[in-house]
Amino acid sequence: MRPTRRAVLRAMAAGTAAALLRPLSALALPAPITRPIPSSGERLPVVGLGTWITFNVGDDPELGDECAAVIRAFFREGGRMIDSSPMYGSSQAVVGYGLRKLGSPPSLFSADKVWISSGSRGPDQIEESRGHWGVSRFDLLQVHNLLAWEEHLSTLFAMKAGGRVRYVGITTSEGRRHREVEEIMRTHPIDFVQVSYNVLDREVEGRILPLAQERGIAVIVNRPFREGALIRQVERHPLPSFASEIAAANWAQFLLKFIVSHPAVTCAIPATSRVAHVIENMGAAAGLLPDAALRRRMAAHVERL
Amino acid sequence: MPEWWTYTLSDFLLFSPRTYYRLIQRHNEAVWPAHLVTLILGLVIAASLARPSAQRGRVVSGILALIWIWVAWAFVWRRYATINWAAGYLAWLLGLEALLLAWIGVIRGRLAFGWTPDATGFLGIGLIGLSVLVYPMLAPLLGRGWHQAEVFGIAPDPTAIATVGLMFLVGGRARSALLAAPALWCLAGGLTLWAMHSPEAWLLLGTALSVPVGIGAKRRPTQGARGRPAP
Ligand SMILES: NC(=O)c1ccc[n+]([C@@H]2O[C@H](COP(=O)([O-])OP(=O)(O)OC[C@H]3O[C@@H](n4cnc5c(N)ncnc54)[C@H](OP(=O)(O)O)[C@@H]3O)[C@@H](O)[C@H]2O)c1
Repeated sequence: MRPTRRAVLRAMAAGTAAALLRPLSALALPAPITRPIPSSGERLPVVGLGTWITFNVGDDPELGDECAAVIRAFFREGGRMIDSSPMYGSSQAVVGYGLRKLGSPPSLFSADKVWISSGSRGPDQIEESRGHWGVSRFDLLQVHNLLAWEEHLSTLFAMKAGGRVRYVGITTSEGRRHREVEEIMRTHPIDFVQVSYNVLDREVEGRILPLAQERGIAVIVNRPFREGALIRQVERHPLPSFASEIAAANWAQFLLKFIVSHPAVTCAIPATSRVAHVIENMGAAAGLLPDAALRRRMAAHVERL
Repeated sequence: MPEWWTYTLSDFLLFSPRTYYRLIQRHNEAVWPAHLVTLILGLVIAASLARPSAQRGRVVSGILALIWIWVAWAFVWRRYATINWAAGYLAWLLGLEALLLAWIGVIRGRLAFGWTPDATGFLGIGLIGLSVLVYPMLAPLLGRGWHQAEVFGIAPDPTAIATVGLMFLVGGRARSALLAAPALWCLAGGLTLWAMHSPEAWLLLGTALSVPVGIGAKRRPTQGARGRPAP
């Protein structure tokens, strides 16, 4: 089916430069759609990689290698942002293992968190996390679930001023503490905010996403598939015919394209333990994205299922 | 925790069922043939229970203490903690159980095991049977294969169920202290399995729920079940 006027072709000009930097083997793949981080203008692919549960495989060598294969495929498809946290068990160390196996890809955008109730112990935790990842510094550090956020934010801003982290952010999920999130967005110079958003959970459209646009804050979207439950729910039904208007070949791409087509969203970070799924998910960062009218139709369609 | 009502059980699950059951499998493969040793220790417990003797309380408590130290260290501390940061605390709790068993049961000789034909007695024997005979069969029956079988003395879940069962065969107040750790383990483990949609969750949660019932039920006094063993 020919793309309709409602489907917008997102320019990939910025991706071209990124494509030049990618390894030879990846040159054949089209560069993913990117979005700028408002505070710097640096562009990020609209699909990243989460690590909650999927990468917490402990010291299991077989599962560790499977995660490394997911990371490899992610970079091959042009992915950059990997998100983790000290809360995610062994996930940080497993990310580090995957990165080492790949020879520390320079295109990595490392997003980690600080998650400890004592503000004074934040720096030690960050240092430990950095060791697990094996990076010289994190690109982004976020205060996980606003835990002890006042103390941690001052640590993170000091680290940013000293060049020991590039961006600072906060996270929440599933609609928790949104008022506080808004307050921090209004009163602190954060670069990123991370919230839950998907075709059925759209509360952030009301205030947080417009506020992020207004304040120039990048938005990372977690739980794009409601931890897999949403995708399992919709997969029982056929993909609607209008999915082809936005080149969504499967439900994962349908759901992700809905999220990343919101103008305030910088990227979504679906987690997966499977190479086939990471390739599907990265496919959502290619081709067409829906415009506002088609987005409404997508939401209405999923609500009816 | 703020807005605690917005959390569901699955928000606390840190790993996938596949990772968890592979952890059990890798542990089984790593410690084999320790299974034979725990089988023999289990048979010694069964034989001690069947034949009253002056030393029976000390023998059973000593074996249980050893088994808990081993399970807490080898499985919970060294293996489970690699995917669950809360496991470190649980390992200490189970280590404490081992110390209590050693102190109360072995050193002070305060645990008198004896079966009585009452509700607690039947519950106790039932839980021991469940742990030793049924639990190892679950993995193959549920399609996970023998390599992932959970065996008394190797995996914590059947060991906790058996410990609760054994404590139901003990008289005296000391048993309440000894029931706390295995009951907590059954509760935490049951909730974890529940979040993983594993049917075994019922067995662990049922065992945890049986603890207040067992403590509350009046025991029919029998010889050797009154706190102090017969000299
Ligand atoms: N407060 C916070 O800071 C916070 C809270 C929640 C999440 N997060 C971040 O956000 C990330 C994403 O959220 P999430 O992991 O909770 O949930 P999610 O990304 O919505 O869902 C992950 C699940 O979706 C499945 N999946 C992924 N791609 C798929 C595909 N193409 N087809 C079918 N199934 C697919 C995965 O299973 P397979 O493994 O089988 O692919 C996995 O079980 C987290 O990993 C974490 O990094 C942050």
